Amino acid sequence: MIVAVASGKGGTGKTTVAVSLALAARGEGPVRLLDSDAEAPNAALFLRPGIEDRRDAVVLVPEVDPDLCDGCGQCAEACQYHAIAAVGGPPIVFPGLCHGCGSCVFVCPQDALHERPEIIGRLRAGRAGGIEFGEARLDVGRALATPVIRQLLEWRLGAVSADALTVIDAPPGTACATMEAVRRADVVLLVTEPTPYGLHDLELSVAVVRDALGLPVRIVVNRADQGDDGVDRYCAREDLPVLLRIPFDRRIAAALAEGTPLVTAFPEYEDRFRVLLDGLAAEVAA
Amino acid sequence: MKVVVTSTGYDLDAPPTEVFGRCPRFLFVDTDSGDVTAVENPGASADRGAGVQAAQVVVDGGAEAVLTGRVGPRAMEVLERAGVRVHELGGADPRTAIEKLRHGESPP
Repeated sequence: MIVAVASGKGGTGKTTVAVSLALAARGEGPVRLLDSDAEAPNAALFLRPGIEDRRDAVVLVPEVDPDLCDGCGQCAEACQYHAIAAVGGPPIVFPGLCHGCGSCVFVCPQDALHERPEIIGRLRAGRAGGIEFGEARLDVGRALATPVIRQLLEWRLGAVSADALTVIDAPPGTACATMEAVRRADVVLLVTEPTPYGLHDLELSVAVVRDALGLPVRIVVNRADQGDDGVDRYCAREDLPVLLRIPFDRRIAAALAEGTPLVTAFPEYEDRFRVLLDGLAAEVAA
Repeated sequence: MKVVVTSTGYDLDAPPTEVFGRCPRFLFVDTDSGDVTAVENPGASADRGAGVQAAQVVVDGGAEAVLTGRVGPRAMEVLERAGVRVHELGGADPRTAIEKLRHGESPP
């Protein structure tokens, strides 16, 4: 089973939930946590994995052979990301804008373009206790998290048996990077908080994950005793099951701030997360 | 000679912009006839790569010089490689700057 943990709003507690799920599932078969929040991967701060393997994440950017190029400019015209400018003579390529789609190479009538890998991020894999760990990390100054996430998931998702539990910690938001992180999941846990901000961004997430991607959505409400009842009313109206409520508790905040996972600091949560997982597994199997 | 003014409006009475890449439109000015043609800047609403897109329009339009504000590094590279001269107006009147260009002087 693949469970993705996502949210529209940042800072709702995705990593808290994802790490807790992985820790609660230990001892019940293979468990894997893949941190796909490539712009701010921080599950490792809680799990402290030993790193055994590393890879570069790349995009394929075009390089011009000035001897073959006749300056026709078709590559610049084909580029939807304005990563190539035609100025007469060989074009100017801006690798920082390139999405690696390959259109320029495809349209070049002179075969004057070839692709070379440009490193835009780092992938790490290892183990933390009984948990297999993987992480996508976008390099500072780079804008494209999506290929880094894709390369992590393609690298690590194949490696384990089908009965394994995989928890994917997704980046916040509703754009390409989030969709890439959740689209392979059997079920998506959306973490939210009972505030107008939490509700607003939850609605956006539901529109993307449930309505656009067609994935089953379940809700976790964090800081559940704060704010208002807008999230509850929305979830009831939309028939979205709220599987867990984590109250606002200064002691939880203090434990997390020290890098102690929720279920380690408060073992009573381990059962709650295990019950949640068993319920998801039963639904996915059905 | 064709000169581009990055503009908030549709003629030389309108204030020029303080930025190049995300200016609303380009005024292509024919310095011989005085004709002004307004061309919308696709970079104005671009997600990323606004400067490259804007510079490409200026280069494709055959401009020899640009009268503008701040130019980003990518746009500057495109304009320089294409041999388009870049002049920062710094609040100067575009008509005066165009006159200077006509007389071979460097505005503003």
